[in-house]
Amino acid sequence: MEDQAKLQIFQQRIDAGEKIEPKDWMPERYRQQLVRMISQHAHSEIVGMLPEGNWITRAPSLKRKLTLLAKVQDEAGHGLYLYCAAETLGVDRHELFLQFLDGKAKYSSIFNYPTLTWADIGVIGWLVDGAAIVNQTMLAKCSYGPYSRANLRICKEENFHKRQGYEIVATMANGTPEQRNMLQDAVNRFWWPTLMMFGPPDTDSPNSAELMRWKVKLFSNDELRQRFVNLTVPQARAVNLTLPDPDLKFNEETENWEFGEINWDEFWSVVRGNGPYNRQRMRARRNAYSDGEWVRKAAAAHAAKRKNNVA
Amino acid sequence: MSDSEWPLWEVFVQEKQGAPHEHAGSLHAPDSEMALQNARDVYARRERLLSIWVVESRHITATTPSDDGPFFEPGNDKAYRHPQFYKVPRGIK
Repeated sequence: MEDQAKLQIFQQRIDAGEKIEPKDWMPERYRQQLVRMISQHAHSEIVGMLPEGNWITRAPSLKRKLTLLAKVQDEAGHGLYLYCAAETLGVDRHELFLQFLDGKAKYSSIFNYPTLTWADIGVIGWLVDGAAIVNQTMLAKCSYGPYSRANLRICKEENFHKRQGYEIVATMANGTPEQRNMLQDAVNRFWWPTLMMFGPPDTDSPNSAELMRWKVKLFSNDELRQRFVNLTVPQARAVNLTLPDPDLKFNEETENWEFGEINWDEFWSVVRGNGPYNRQRMRARRNAYSDGEWVRKAAAAHAAKRKNNVA
Repeated sequence: MSDSEWPLWEVFVQEKQGAPHEHAGSLHAPDSEMALQNARDVYARRERLLSIWVVESRHITATTPSDDGPFFEPGNDKAYRHPQFYKVPRGIK
């Protein structure tokens, strides 16, 4: 009975646009949903380093190499902001990380596609980071204070990612026919998986209603997807790229770019671990963790030694 | 050895001269010097900061939401604490 009253006050605070802070009372389900969302988001940032890290040594110029290094470093930082936000909900960061290494926790399906050419790096910055910004701009306004602040910080850095990506795209679009083909091929491969980043359609998204009632999410998957398509189609046209969707057309009345049917079978198959690169990504994460053991040990040994010297 | 076995540190940063140190976030580190180093890498990558404080989270004593109420009562009934309470001759600023 008391919980019902607390729940009501909680909902009133949410409806009034108040932020919820870690020590405030919150429904257990709200806490669980946030841990799930924030840790998935954190894992995605960490896995997101892999497709790009793959191109650091092969970037076509020193400038591109520097930018890519900075970008990959940002993804690591974003993962850290998010793990810290998750920890404010009383979970242990190491536990979350182990769930991720064991394959129990999910991460964004987009990172289970390989980066085959340099054009992919441009297209990922433009499309994948572009989609992430649409999502994170919303999450920066979410009801949970620490998650909202982490996203605010992330959004500031993510804009650099998107613009560096679009610059690569625009440069290649003005390049040789070979470069143009390479670019178009990358767009063709990444367009549909990028649209899948917003998650299943609203009719098939069991958590959405609850998350929106609690203002963890402020817009539905389909609304965000539409917003992204509307932003991106003009950017594609500006550099004379086509999007691989024969059904794409502008609706004068709604002012929306309508798009064709997404292959949800592919989406679910990748989510279940059968995407083209799921296994490689998991293996790389596990190797990074075990190969990094000595760094963690060295840091601890250094701290212990310094403590003894002081004592 | 995992990084959550290391203590959690809260990071406060000062953005400009005279501004207060504001909470920027937190991180795990084995000692204060490495916490400071990591804080620099994570929270000072873009804007130029003037100063960073790190403090182990367990050393922070904070109020709880139930302290809302009497604990934070500003005493608005004590009108004599505000300048408007006092009358000054007309024309004096």
